[in-house]
Amino acid sequence: MEINPVVIFFASIFTNNMILSNFLGMCSFIAISSDIKTSLSLGQAVTFVLGFTTLINYIIYHYILAPLGLAYLRYIVFIVVIAAFVQLVEMIIDRYFEGLYYALGIFLPLITVNCAILGVSLFMVIRDYNFLQSIAFGLGSGLGWMLSIVAMAGIRQKIKNNPVPKGLEGPGITLIITGLMALAFIGFSGIVQIQ
Amino acid sequence: MENILKTVLTLSTITGLLSLLLSIANKTIANYGTKKLIINQSKEYLVEGGDSLLSTLNEQNIFIPSACGGKGSCGYCKVKVISGGGPFLSTEKGYVTEKERVDGIRLSCQLKVKQDIEIEIPEELFNVKQLTYLVTGIEDLTSKIKKINFKLPENESLDYKPGQYVQILTPPYEGNEEVYRAYSIATPPSSKHAIELFIGYVPDGICTTYIHKYLKVGDKLSIVGPFGDFYYREGDKDMLMFAIGTGIAPIMSILRYMNENNIERKVTFFFGARTRKDLFLIDELHSLEKTMYEFKLVLVLSRPTPECNWNGEIGRVTDLVSKYILDANNKEAYLCGNPPMIDDLIPLLKDKGFIDENILYDKFE
Repeated sequence: MEINPVVIFFASIFTNNMILSNFLGMCSFIAISSDIKTSLSLGQAVTFVLGFTTLINYIIYHYILAPLGLAYLRYIVFIVVIAAFVQLVEMIIDRYFEGLYYALGIFLPLITVNCAILGVSLFMVIRDYNFLQSIAFGLGSGLGWMLSIVAMAGIRQKIKNNPVPKGLEGPGITLIITGLMALAFIGFSGIVQIQ
Repeated sequence: MENILKTVLTLSTITGLLSLLLSIANKTIANYGTKKLIINQSKEYLVEGGDSLLSTLNEQNIFIPSACGGKGSCGYCKVKVISGGGPFLSTEKGYVTEKERVDGIRLSCQLKVKQDIEIEIPEELFNVKQLTYLVTGIEDLTSKIKKINFKLPENESLDYKPGQYVQILTPPYEGNEEVYRAYSIATPPSSKHAIELFIGYVPDGICTTYIHKYLKVGDKLSIVGPFGDFYYREGDKDMLMFAIGTGIAPIMSILRYMNENNIERKVTFFFGARTRKDLFLIDELHSLEKTMYEFKLVLVLSRPTPECNWNGEIGRVTDLVSKYILDANNKEAYLCGNPPMIDDLIPLLKDKGFIDENILYDKFE
């Protein structure tokens, strides 16, 4: 199936958003979405890591794993690559972008276990994307993830001082809002569709 | 077979290459080189950059009190940073108050030494040593409290003030990680080569369980100390002391010190327990009553049973304040016990006219 990479890029932001249509990467989405600034920097970090790991994983899968008939190793190899890459990024940010390092704090290493990142690498294989499609998919998914978390942070800042039923405070109301956002995003589904 | 080999080889190559890459990065990107560490404007150290301030100081044999071992969850390792500390971190927010923050107080386990850094720490911390102590005696004081005797290594001695505490590094066991836990020294400062600690059993307590179930005479334990600002203050004020349970440890250190040095001050000690069986060291306290200048012991039981055959005070130590203390004139109070006891006592003492400066306390949490 030959879909234009540009279509994939926009689709992964709006109609096939990692959070709002696949519900991947929820843990940090719920935990960090209380402040727009932090969410934005986490979103940038996720986009950055997603873009690069998709690229690396594409190369490793198509030039090492697939030719050797070891495609079934992709889960373990992908996650190891992601972990090592995040580690590397952490060292670089720690050294050269101190402000960003402190803003991200503990969440930077936590990107390793962000399901959205492994998800993108796996979807790329399942959907049989070529190189450009994969890159577009990786970057688009990152931006889509960022868009959702920033939007969520904006909503949460608005409802911060409003009364929420006791049992729904925190993650409860966040999940409900996520559901409403997902419904709203269905409105985009007429534009592009990749699944 | 071929498939297995191929899998193993591929996986090892990929992970091997990644580890190599990370090791190289660690040596180059994460290598901050040698940095200058200045303490109290007088002492200068050359240290390897990149580590947390807490572990950098530990490497120079300067020990900052810390209960969690640098995880940023206890908030004890506060240090005043004059310059070079980098931005204030979100992980410090919960432990450093706004006022402390303005004064430059930082959590030393969180900030990393990435540039030349200048800090201020209390002079006493230079006395702090981490040594391997030998367990020379274990004795049951009550069914829940053990007295542990430790001996320092040969040629080492410990200088402490009566009332200060040390931290035991509990080794990992049964899946528990190693933790530091604080215990007050019960011996007087004259005992420089051997110390005594009272350790109560706390269900599920990592250190107390280890000590009560695993520790044997002849074992060795790593101990850091001395720490703490709860210690005997020179002066001529009458002293009122309150303790329950193992809270008696620092009080014993102070009493033994005063007894040894024939200090002529009036002391009243209120010691609380549940039943007669939970009281301990009573013989020694009674003999101190005879030898010390003017020492009065008041025992109080909160739940005496008929077997206790008790005709002394009944209630909590807090109930004794109104009965025994008239005013705060020329008096200072030393409180030691669990947080509720101390939180209840302080307002009662303040009602009697005590000011903060004359109430010293050590909360055993």
